[in-house]
Amino acid sequence: MKRHLLSASDLSYEDAVLILDTAEELAKLVDGPVKKLPTLRGRTVVNLFYEDSTRTRISFEAAAKRLSADVINFTAKGSSVSKGESLKDTALTLQAMGADAVIVRHSASGAAHQLAASGWIAGSVINAGDGTHEHPSQALLDAFTMRRHLRDSKGDLAGVRVTIVGDVLHSRVARSNVLLLATLGAEVTLVAPPTLMPFGVEQWPCEISYDLDRVLPRTEALMMLRVQGERMNNAFFPSMREYSRGYGLDDKRASALSPEAIVMHPGPMNRGLEISAGAADGLRSVIVEQVANGVSVRMAILYLLLGGASIEEVSL
Amino acid sequence: MDAAQREVLDSGDINRALSRIAHEILEKNKGVRDLVLLGIPTRGAHIAQRLAKAIADIEGVMIPVGTIDVTLHRDDLRSRPARALLPTVIPTSGIDGKKVVLVDDVLFSGRTIRAALDAMGELGRPSQVQLAVLVDRGHRELPIRADYVGKNLPTSLKEHVRVSITETDGTDSVSISGTPAGGGE
Amino acid sequence: MSGYLLRGVSVLGEDRVDVLIDGGIISEVSKKPLAPTGVRTIDCDGLIAMPGLVDLHTHLREPGREDSETVESGSAAAALGGFAAIHAMANTNPVADTAGVVEQVYRLGREAGWCDVRPVGAVTVGLQGTQLAELAAMAHSAARVRVFSDDGTCVADPILMRRALEYVKAFDGVIAQHAQEPRLTEDAQMNEGFVSSQLGLRGWPAVAEESIISRDVLLAEHVGSRLHVCHVSTAGSVEIVRWAKSRGVMVTAEVTPHHLLLTDELARSYDPRYKVNPPLRRDEDVQALRQGLADGTIDAVATDHAPHPLEDKECEWSSAAFGMIGLQSALSVVQTAMIETGLMTWAEVSDRMSTRPARIGSLRDHGRPIAVGEPAHVVLLDPRGKSVFTLEGNASKSRNSPFLGMELHGRIEATFLRGRATVLDGKLAG
Repeated sequence: MKRHLLSASDLSYEDAVLILDTAEELAKLVDGPVKKLPTLRGRTVVNLFYEDSTRTRISFEAAAKRLSADVINFTAKGSSVSKGESLKDTALTLQAMGADAVIVRHSASGAAHQLAASGWIAGSVINAGDGTHEHPSQALLDAFTMRRHLRDSKGDLAGVRVTIVGDVLHSRVARSNVLLLATLGAEVTLVAPPTLMPFGVEQWPCEISYDLDRVLPRTEALMMLRVQGERMNNAFFPSMREYSRGYGLDDKRASALSPEAIVMHPGPMNRGLEISAGAADGLRSVIVEQVANGVSVRMAILYLLLGGASIEEVSL
Repeated sequence: MDAAQREVLDSGDINRALSRIAHEILEKNKGVRDLVLLGIPTRGAHIAQRLAKAIADIEGVMIPVGTIDVTLHRDDLRSRPARALLPTVIPTSGIDGKKVVLVDDVLFSGRTIRAALDAMGELGRPSQVQLAVLVDRGHRELPIRADYVGKNLPTSLKEHVRVSITETDGTDSVSISGTPAGGGE
Repeated sequence: MSGYLLRGVSVLGEDRVDVLIDGGIISEVSKKPLAPTGVRTIDCDGLIAMPGLVDLHTHLREPGREDSETVESGSAAAALGGFAAIHAMANTNPVADTAGVVEQVYRLGREAGWCDVRPVGAVTVGLQGTQLAELAAMAHSAARVRVFSDDGTCVADPILMRRALEYVKAFDGVIAQHAQEPRLTEDAQMNEGFVSSQLGLRGWPAVAEESIISRDVLLAEHVGSRLHVCHVSTAGSVEIVRWAKSRGVMVTAEVTPHHLLLTDELARSYDPRYKVNPPLRRDEDVQALRQGLADGTIDAVATDHAPHPLEDKECEWSSAAFGMIGLQSALSVVQTAMIETGLMTWAEVSDRMSTRPARIGSLRDHGRPIAVGEPAHVVLLDPRGKSVFTLEGNASKSRNSPFLGMELHGRIEATFLRGRATVLDGKLAG
C-alpha cells in the first residue's frame, strides 16, 4: 500500500482485497463484544474538514477511536480556516501537532493531493472527499457492502453488474467507485442524462447508458446518487420532475430489479427525488448497512496505513 | 530441505506428540467438560483442530475449537509494515467461564501469547487459560510457560525453527537451520 | 570602450562572421577577421547571433501589483531571456485604458532600460467589455500604442469587437484577442477532456477558444481589419487560422512556449504552477501547435509571462491564479520543442520570435536583420550549452514557473539593446 489514500486508483487489486478482508475481520470483532482495540494507541489522527460532512467525519472518528487513536477534529467552522487561513498554514499547524494521519475533506478537487505532495505534512493523508474528484473510502465501503451481499464476503467482485445512476458529472463517489470497481473486476454501467455525464467519460472503464429501465433488470447492485435541485438552474435538466421520471428509483422501478439485487445510496438522500421512500426503506435496500460498514472499512484503512511501520521506519 | 537444515521431528513424532498432549489435556482437566481450544493462526489453528480430533478419538466428544488472531494486539506492529489480519472465530458457546487452551506451533519470546491473552480479554472471561505448544525453543522474554509441550528444543538465538504442517505446508516436519533468516515460524 | 566585436559568431546558425557593434548600430559584418580598436571583443566560438527577441505578450503588473512584478524586474527578466522589446499587457490596476497609464508604463520601461517596453492598451474601459477605451488617445500618446487587448478577458460582445477592429484601422492598430467564450468557461479550471473528467476539475472546452477565433476572423474579413489571436492552444484553432489566412484574412496568431511543450496530463499533480489560461491541452494539440508554428500559420511565440505571488499559487488548484512566468525560459523551451525536434531552423525561430512579432506590434526598429546599418538589437546564444533556471538567476519578482530547477537546452550569453549590452556572460550588465 502507498502511504496515502488519495484516489481509488492508488489501490492495486491486492491492496483493495486486503482492505476488504481486513475490514471483514475487524467487523467481526467490533460487531461482537470488542468495542476497542489497542492497535493505534499513541497515534494521532486529525479530521480536517473544510466542508460539512457529519456522517463521514463521525465515521472516521469512530473508526480511529475503536483503534485507540487520539482524534482531533479540525473543522472550518469556528476555526481559522473560515477566516481564510491557507491550506498550507493549517497543514503546518497540524504537522506541529504531530499528526500521524490527516483525514481531509475539502470542496476543492485535489486538496488532498496537494497536502500529500506538498511536504507540509509528514503523516499519511486520507482523502475523505475532495470537490468533484474522489471519495475513495466511500468506494471501499460500497465495495465491501456489495461483496457481503453478492460474493459472500470473499475475494473480488468479478462479474458483478453494478449500475450507478445520477449526477455523475459532479460526483466524487461515482469517480472513486468506477475506478475501484474496475480494479475489483465488476462491470459498471453509469446511467444519467447526457448533460450530467463528464466530457471524456467514454474513456472511463465502464459502460454508459441513458436508459435506466433498460439497465435495471440485469443490475445486481444499484447505486443512486444524490441530485441537487440547483443543477436545473444551469440547464443540466429541465425540472426535478422530469429528472425523477427518467432517472429516479420509484417503487415501480424497484420492482423491476431482480430479487437478489441490492439498492445503495451514499447519502444523504433526497427522498422523492432520486429515490422513493419505498425503495429507500425496501427489502433490497442496504443503505443503513452502508453506514455501519463505513466504520469497519475506515478502521481497516487506518490500521493498514498507520498500524505498521512507516516506510521510513522500515528502511532504517 | 537444504543441507543447513536438520529435521528434529518427523510426521510420526508430531502425531505422537499431539496424541500425548491430547491425553495430558484430558488428564489435567479431568475430561472434556467446559474445554475450549483456541488456535493462533495460521499453524496453531490447524494444530488445535488436530488436538480436538485426537481428543474426540479418545473421549468420543468433539469439543469447541476456535481461532484467535493476535495481530492487533502485538507490541511489535511498528517494526514491520501493517500485516493482514487472520481470522478470529470464537465458538458459539463463547469462552466465558470456560477452560481455554491456547494452541500455537512454537513458543519463543512469549510475546505472541501475551498478545493472545490481551486479545482474549476483549472477547470474554475464561475461568482458566492453559497453553499448548508443539515446540518450546526457549529464550522467553516474559513470565510465560506452556502447560503442554510437544518437544522442548534447546536452540541458540541464531538458529531458526521451521514448523511445517500438512494443512499449510504439505508435510509434517519440524527442523532447525543455522541461518537466522528464513520463513515463518 | 563603446562597442563590441562579436568574433566568429554564427548569424542565425549560418557560417561564422565577425560582427562589429558600434554607435548603437551594426557597423560591420565581415567573413574576414576584423581588428578594430577601442572595442570589447567577445569570442563567439559556438555561439549563434539572432536579432533581439520581441515579446508580444508580457504581464508586468505595474501599476497595481508591484509585489509580483514591476516594469523594472520584468524587463530585466526579459533581457536575460534575450528580449530587446516586450509588450506590457493592459490588465494592471489601474487598467492601461488611458493615455496616462500607458505613458507611465512606457516611461518606467525607458527608465529601467533593460529593453523597450511597449504598452498594450485596453480595448474596453476597465476591461469591462462594455465601452471602448480611448484607443486613439493611447495611439497618439508618447507610448504610441499599436496593440490593443483586453487580455485576461475576452472581448466577447460581437458588436464591440467589430467596432474595435474597425476603429484601430485609423492608426494601423491591431486588436489582440484573448479568445475565450465566457459562458462556456465559467469557473473552468483545465482543458476539458479525459484528464479533467478524472480529476473532477471543471472543463475548459476547446470550442470556447475556437468559436471566438472563428467569429473574429470572419469579422476581420468583413471589415477588412487586422486581427491578432493571443496564445492559441488547440489544434482546431490552428486549423481555423490556417483557413482564414488561406482566404486572405489579415490575421496573425501567437503561441506560448509552454503550450509547445506541456500537456494537460501535468494537471494530475494538482500543482497550480500548471494552471494557465488558456489551459494546457492534449498532446495532439501540442503537436498541431508545433506544426502550425513551423509552417508559419502561427506567426509568433509570445511568452504570456504572468507573474503571481507565492500565496496565489501555494493553494488549492481551483483558488490558484492562472499563468506562469516565461521570459527567461522562453528561448530554451522553444529550442527544446522546435529545434531539438528538427521542426525549425534558427532562422525560423528568429522569424517567429523577433521579425514577425515586431511587425505585428509595428515596431519599426526591432526584428531587423543582423546587417550593416541596422539597429544593434542582438542576442547571443550558446545552443549546445545547458542552463538551469534557478531561483538565484530568476530576475522576476515571482517564481511561478514549472521550469525552475530544470536543466534546459541552450544558454543565453548576451543581449544587446541599441548596441548596449544589457546581459553579458548570462548576467545582467548594469
